[in-house]
Amino acid sequence: MAHPDIAGRRLPKAAYAENFADLHPPLSPHEALVESDRCYFCYEAPCQQACPTSIDIPLFIRQIGAGNPNGAAETIFEQNILGGMCARVCPTETLCEEACVRETAEGKPVKIGLLQRYATDALMRAGRQPFQRAPATGKKVAVVGAGPAGLACAHRLSLHGHDVTIFEARKKSGGLNEYGIAAYKSVDDFAQAEVDFVLAIGGIKIENGKVLGKAITLERLRQDYDAVFLGMGLQGVNALNTRHEDTDGVEDAVDYIAELRQAKDLGKLKVGRHVLVIGGGMTAIDIAVQSKLLGAEDVTILYRRGAEQMKASDFEQELAQTKGVKIKHWVMPKKVLTKDGKAIGLECEYTAEKKGRLEGTGETFKLKADMIFKAIGQTFVPKPMQDAIVLDGGRIKIDASRRTSLPDVWAGGDCAAGGQDLTVAAVDDGRRAAESIHTFLSA
Amino acid sequence: MADLRSNFVGIKSPNPFWLASAPPTDKEYNVVRAFKAGWGGVVWKTLGEDPHVVNVNGPRYGAIHSGDRRLLGLNNIELITDRPLQTNLDEIKRVKRDWPDRAMVVSLMVPCEEPNWAAILKRVEETDCDGVELNFGCPHGMSERGMGSAVGQVPEYIEMVARWCKANTRMPVIVKLTPNITDVRKPARAARQGGADAVSLINTINSIMSINLDNFAPEPTIDGKGTHGGYCGPAVKPIALSMVSEIARDAETKGMPISGIGGITNWRDALEFILLGSGTVQVCTAAMTYGFKIVQEMTSGLEQWMDERGYSRLDELVGKAVPNVTDWQYLNLNYIAKAHIDQDKCIQCGRCYAACEDTSHQAISNQPKNGKRHFEVIDAECVACNLCIEVCPVETCITMVQMTEGTDPRTGRKIDPNYANWTTHPNNPAAKIAAE
Repeated sequence: MAHPDIAGRRLPKAAYAENFADLHPPLSPHEALVESDRCYFCYEAPCQQACPTSIDIPLFIRQIGAGNPNGAAETIFEQNILGGMCARVCPTETLCEEACVRETAEGKPVKIGLLQRYATDALMRAGRQPFQRAPATGKKVAVVGAGPAGLACAHRLSLHGHDVTIFEARKKSGGLNEYGIAAYKSVDDFAQAEVDFVLAIGGIKIENGKVLGKAITLERLRQDYDAVFLGMGLQGVNALNTRHEDTDGVEDAVDYIAELRQAKDLGKLKVGRHVLVIGGGMTAIDIAVQSKLLGAEDVTILYRRGAEQMKASDFEQELAQTKGVKIKHWVMPKKVLTKDGKAIGLECEYTAEKKGRLEGTGETFKLKADMIFKAIGQTFVPKPMQDAIVLDGGRIKIDASRRTSLPDVWAGGDCAAGGQDLTVAAVDDGRRAAESIHTFLSA
Repeated sequence: MADLRSNFVGIKSPNPFWLASAPPTDKEYNVVRAFKAGWGGVVWKTLGEDPHVVNVNGPRYGAIHSGDRRLLGLNNIELITDRPLQTNLDEIKRVKRDWPDRAMVVSLMVPCEEPNWAAILKRVEETDCDGVELNFGCPHGMSERGMGSAVGQVPEYIEMVARWCKANTRMPVIVKLTPNITDVRKPARAARQGGADAVSLINTINSIMSINLDNFAPEPTIDGKGTHGGYCGPAVKPIALSMVSEIARDAETKGMPISGIGGITNWRDALEFILLGSGTVQVCTAAMTYGFKIVQEMTSGLEQWMDERGYSRLDELVGKAVPNVTDWQYLNLNYIAKAHIDQDKCIQCGRCYAACEDTSHQAISNQPKNGKRHFEVIDAECVACNLCIEVCPVETCITMVQMTEGTDPRTGRKIDPNYANWTTHPNNPAAKIAAE
C-alpha cells in the first residue's frame, strides 16, 4: 500500500467558501409567505407534539403569514431560546416535519425548520431581546457548561429574576453549537451571535476556562449557590478496541470537527486522500461530509449494521451520499494497517446478525486509508462528580423535572441519562430544569 | 363533439365566452388578441360622450390575495373609455369587419336624456356591431355624475332609458345591472318593462380593498386618499350566482335572456352560470389575471363535460339548475344526513374537530386509536351542517351520507321518507294545516 498522504490546501482557495456555505439558504420573504400558506393550522398540531420543546408551530407560521415575523419569533423563543440554532440543526425530518400532515397527505411537509429560521433571523437581526427579567430575587444559581442545555437553563432562570453564573470549560461558549455541529449548518459565526442574544437578557455571567473538577468543584458550587445545573455534555470518546488504534492517522472525529469549526483558514486543515469513517451517527456523517468538502478524494463510512439502524437520519445519509461519500454497511474494523508507524489502511470484517446478536462472519477485506476517523460515540466522564451523584447507564440520573439525586442539583443535555443527544432536547432539559429550580427557589 | 355555438338575442358567437366591458376590451389591439386567442365575443369597453373622461394617473386596482398571492378579488376605480368616441367607433367597425363570426357588443353610458342616447346609438349602429349593453352598473366615479349605478339603482330610470334605446335602434339591447341594490329583481323587471332584450349581471360591487397601515388611507391610494371601487373576481361569484338565479326564478322576468358575469375563472364557473339561466357568460378578472389564453381551458372543459354527459347543444343546459333553486321554506326537513370521515383519506390535521368543537355542534370525537390521532363523527350530535367538509383540506375525505332508514340518533325520531317542509311544520306558528 502507498504511503499516507495527509495534506491541506487540496482545493483552490475559493472552493472552501463554496463548499462550506449554508446547507439550506434562508427563505426569502416571498418564499416564507408562500410556504406559510401551506400550513393547515392543525388542531393540537402533530408537529408541535413532535417538537421536544413543544414550540407552537402552527401559531408562529400563521404569524409569519400575517406579516408578523417578530411575533412569530417570540412564539418560538418562548419555548426555545435557541430556536435559531435548532432551526438550523434540528433533524426536522424525524421530528416536526415527519409529523406534518402535509407529509401524510402529499409527502411534502411544510418547511417548518426554514420558516423557524426565517422568523428567528428576523428578530435577531432587529437586535431585540423579546423578554424582560422579573424583579431580582436575590437567588444565585450556578450552571456548569455553556452549551444548549446550560444556556437555555440560564436564560429561563434569569427571566425569573435569579442571577446566574455559567462555568464553561472551553474558551468560547456555545458547546457543541460552537465546537460540534457541521460547519455548513451554522455559518457566519451564528453560534456566538446566539450566545450574545441569550445573554442580552442580562443577569447571566459566563466564566470561561473553568473546568469542573479543576477550577471549580461540585461541592463548592453547592455551598456558594442556591442551586446548581449541570450541563457539561460528554467528555470521553468510545474506543474502537482494535489493534493499532493509537497509530498516527487515526483520529477522533469530535476533536477534528472542533478544530475545523475554530479554523480561520480551512485550507490549513490537513485531510487524507483516502478517508475512512467508523460509525453510524450524525458525527460520522458530519466528519465524512466535511472531509470530502475539504478535498479528500474518497471517503467511506463503515457501519457495522444496516441503513435502517443508523442513528443518522435518512436525510443525513442522503446528504452524505450526494456529497460523494460512500456508506458501507455490515462491516466492522479488525485492525489498523500501518507502515512506518502510520496508518495506511484498515482490515475489516463483514458482519451479520444472528439471533439478534451482531457477529463477524470471518470474511475479511482490506481498505486503503491515510486517515481513519473514529465516530462511534462519546461517553460521560463522571470523575469530577466524585461519586456524589447517582448515575444511570453511565450518565447522570434525573427525574422528569431534570433534578438529580442531589436535592439542589439539576442536570440536562447529553450528560443526563435518557436524552436524545439533540440540541433541541438539551434546550428542553435546560428550560424544564430552570422551571423546577425556580419553584424550588420560590418555596 | 359538443356544439358550443351560441345565439343570444340574435347575437351569434362561436362559443358563449365573451369578454366583459372592461380594460381587456378597451381597444382594437386587445380585442384582436382576444379573438385570436379564441374568445367568442366581446363587450367593448363603455363608450361615452366627448369630451372623453380622464382617469387617475395613480393606481386603479386593488386586490385581495391568498398567502401565495393567488388573486381572489380585484377592485378598480377606472372610469369608462378615456379615448375619443370616434377613435373607438372606427376600431369597432374595423374589428367587426375583420372578425364577422364573433359577437361585438358595445357598452354605452351617457347622461339620462333621450337625445343623448338617441345620438350615440345612431353612431354606434354605423359600426355594424351586433348589439349594445347599457352600463347601469359602474359603482364609482360615473355614478357621482348621475350615470352608471346611479341609474341602475332606480328601476324607473332603467325602464325609461331601456325604452328610449329600443325606440332608437334596431340593435338588441342588453341592460347591465348593478349588484349594489337590495333586490335585484326590481331593476331586472324594469329592464323587461322597458323592452330590453336581455340583462347582464353582475357589475362590480362597492368596495374598499384594504387600509394602508402606514398612511391610514384606503387602497388603491392616490396621493394619500382613496375611494370605493368596483369589486370583482372569484370572490364575487357566489353573489353573482344568487342574483342571476333570482332573476331566472322571478315570475316577471322568467325566461328573459341573461348574460352571466361575476368571478368566472374556469369552465366550471361558466357552466354554473349557464345552468342558472345564462345564455352567455362574460369574463374579465380571470383574463386580467392570467391573460386571454384561459379561454382555451374554458372551451375545452365545457366541451369535454358536455361530451361526457351526452349534451350536444348549450340550449339543453341553459337554466337546467333553476328548478332546483327554491326558498328555504320548501327545503325537505325530513331529509337526514350525517358526516362521514374516510379514515384512509384522513391526514389527522384535526381541523374538522376544531371547527365542530369550537364553533358548531361538538359532533366530532378526538380520541387516539392504536396510538394515532383519530377523528370520528358522533352521529348522535351531527346535524350535517357541512362545516367539517368545508374546512377539511383533503377533497372527498369527509362526505355527507343520507340516512334513508332507521332512527336519527340525534333526535331519536324514525326516518320519515316523506317530504315535509317548514310550511306545515308544527313549530311554525303560520303553518298551513293540511285540509282534512
